[in-house]
Amino acid sequence: MGTELEKQIADLKAQVNHLKEGTKDQLSMVVFSGDMDKILAAMIIATGAAAFDMKVKLFFTFWAISALRDPAKTGKGKNFIEKMFGMMLPRGSAKLKLSNMNMGGMGTAMIKGIMKKHKVASIEEMMKTAGELGIEINICEMSMNLMGFKKEEMINYPHMTICGVATFLTDAAESKIQLFI
Amino acid sequence: MSTEELKNLKSNTIVDARGTACPGPLLAAKKAIGEIESGEIMEIYSSDEGTKNDIPKWCNKMTHEFLGILEEDSYSRIFLKKA
Repeated sequence: MGTELEKQIADLKAQVNHLKEGTKDQLSMVVFSGDMDKILAAMIIATGAAAFDMKVKLFFTFWAISALRDPAKTGKGKNFIEKMFGMMLPRGSAKLKLSNMNMGGMGTAMIKGIMKKHKVASIEEMMKTAGELGIEINICEMSMNLMGFKKEEMINYPHMTICGVATFLTDAAESKIQLFI
Repeated sequence: MSTEELKNLKSNTIVDARGTACPGPLLAAKKAIGEIESGEIMEIYSSDEGTKNDIPKWCNKMTHEFLGILEEDSYSRIFLKKA
């Protein structure tokens, strides 16, 4: 009887350990949208999670990558289509538009004014804070290639890597929270 | 803690996050908590309504002890003890 119980306890311990190791106190987020308001929401959630001592991994893909462009930098060796894409897409987070009520840029300018008044941090400030908090930014290589973005035209961010979907899947699988914005 | 107890409490550090919006006060708290010792008291000034709900949740997660809130005219004083 005693050994039977011991065996059951050992089994349970092994299962609990497996569960503990299975998910980390980690937030994994796909940042897909290039809308200013959605990127802002993503950054607020990300920095908030970091304040909760969670490990945060952001996977930037498609339109969101525009937010990581440095307006002062240019990519080299682009073909005609890549140059066109580069011209038409926002050059950095300051150029992003609102998803609603943009009204030819008027709405975005207005919301930025309101954000200043309410002392809501700008995306640029949030990015800096994110870097200080150790938040990882992973950029989807496939999207970079599609849009003709080059690594050298991205902002200086301390924890930035170019990667593929496997990185996101691995991170997401072990995260307690997964989001898509 | 009661209002009287909070009023007499001596804080080891004060974080003035008045005027900043979410997640400003939370990030300010996270930064400042690293600079005090376990068992010491931290006080956060915030004019952001949401912070009053957020800090107790943050304390719960971080295992700090949430002590209570004192209301001033245009802001709140939020008290906690570092774990």
